[in-house]
Amino acid sequence: MRISSIGYTFRQGIKNIRRNLLFSLASIGTIVACLFLFGVLYGVIVNFRSAIKNIEGNISISVFFDAGIADEQIDMIREQIRTRDEVATLDYISAEEAWKQFSEANYDDPEAARETFGEDNPLANSASFTITLKDVTYQADFVQFVSSIKGVRKVKSSEYTANNVAALNKFVGYASLGIIIILFLVSIFLISNTITIGITVRKEEIRIMKLIGATNAFVRAPFIVEGILIGLVGSAIPVVLLYYMYDAVINYVVGRFSVLKSIFEFVPAGDLFKVLVPMLLGIGVGIGFLGSWLTTRKHLKV
Amino acid sequence: MITLENVTMKYPTGTVALKDVSLHIDKGEFVFIVGSSGSGKTTLLELLVRELVPTKGKIEVAGYNYNKLKKRQIPKVRRKLGFVFQNFRLIKDRTVYENVAFAQRVIETPARYIRRQVPAMLTVVGLADKYKSYPRQLSGGEQQRVALARALVNKPDIILADEPTGNLDSKNTWEVMNLLEDINAKGTTVVVVTHNKEIVNAMKKRVIMLKKGVIISDVEKGGYIDED
Repeated sequence: MRISSIGYTFRQGIKNIRRNLLFSLASIGTIVACLFLFGVLYGVIVNFRSAIKNIEGNISISVFFDAGIADEQIDMIREQIRTRDEVATLDYISAEEAWKQFSEANYDDPEAARETFGEDNPLANSASFTITLKDVTYQADFVQFVSSIKGVRKVKSSEYTANNVAALNKFVGYASLGIIIILFLVSIFLISNTITIGITVRKEEIRIMKLIGATNAFVRAPFIVEGILIGLVGSAIPVVLLYYMYDAVINYVVGRFSVLKSIFEFVPAGDLFKVLVPMLLGIGVGIGFLGSWLTTRKHLKV
Repeated sequence: MITLENVTMKYPTGTVALKDVSLHIDKGEFVFIVGSSGSGKTTLLELLVRELVPTKGKIEVAGYNYNKLKKRQIPKVRRKLGFVFQNFRLIKDRTVYENVAFAQRVIETPARYIRRQVPAMLTVVGLADKYKSYPRQLSGGEQQRVALARALVNKPDIILADEPTGNLDSKNTWEVMNLLEDINAKGTTVVVVTHNKEIVNAMKKRVIMLKKGVIISDVEKGGYIDED
């Protein structure tokens, strides 16, 4: 296509939208609704995931060693564990530290309790590694691996919590994917409908264009411009709406349920929108393009 | 310029619109194709513009062998053809100027040529002063002359006119036919499908007569033969 035709194509695309204003507005409205929902869903998921990450960080695995194990062997075990990809953190807790933590957690007067036992550490054989994983899904395999290392007496993990968090994580992932796919299909269908009406209204004009010798690309281009513009407007509106709403909603929620603030950290708007804005605009333009491209391919065959 | 060899067109419904038709039209000829409705005239035109693909036979137009034509070459062939329809087929929400310019835009003619050629073409068809009018403000004859300007502005090798005078009174009919004759005199091949006996008989051009999908006569300087 020539450069001089691009201006013409754009004018025709905008003309199509104006001539077909009601349907164009309906399409824009649907995309706004879909992408707005998408944005809300995305915001919820991102926050939910970040919360899960926090919980995951708190799910730890404790590894205890055989009685009378040598320090060198503990170092060897440490190396074997540390080289695993799924390990996020690894801390060594010596027997003394373990006793200190235990006494502080379980006695009203830990100092007195420690004096009672004197030099005899009741947890003498309870030195351990405390490990957190990057993703709790791997926990079962990891526990099996660590248990098989020589010198490891016992591996303690919270199988129940880990499984639940992993399952929830997966569920949220699949559910959001499903909803998003449905929303996209609806949007593409509606754009396709709008373009079909535009093509039907201009059937005569299109036939004349083709008889005069217009290339298929030339005939299609205004409709594709129309689709992309609808997608662009339809995605810009929810971007603006979501941007102004996000902080307001968080402030409202935190103000209303102040308890949330201590256990839940909201993802800041900046971080969220850095990803969300290009994503929404890209999706809007993408469905606009795809919808019009498929429709023109189907209806403009001669 | 136009060659058909043993062309048969059978529609999926089973109707045979053209049966084993062969004909040849030379460059610069003026030809009438006549026949009653259902004779296959319109099918013949649709084959020539490649809106239809024949069931059998060979078609060659303006140097393009349609049997070997690739899809992306179709626009190229059509740019060598100019069309005139019975019902004008102007775009109603565009002015006379825009309707003619449209033909150049769709083949991506640079804007500076459009600005020069469209007024020149409107002068040829005698509508230079009406360039701002919309089709509904024009008479049938004027609309057909706009359509003619649109067909001519891309300087086609062949003009195909489908009942160009079907919706016109006698005076406008002659204006349009005279224009077509002028264009032909300047070297453009003209093919007119019609059943207007008066003009066919008066103009003494080559007349090809179709009946039920078969050529029943092909006469130089002929007239309209009554089928019965």
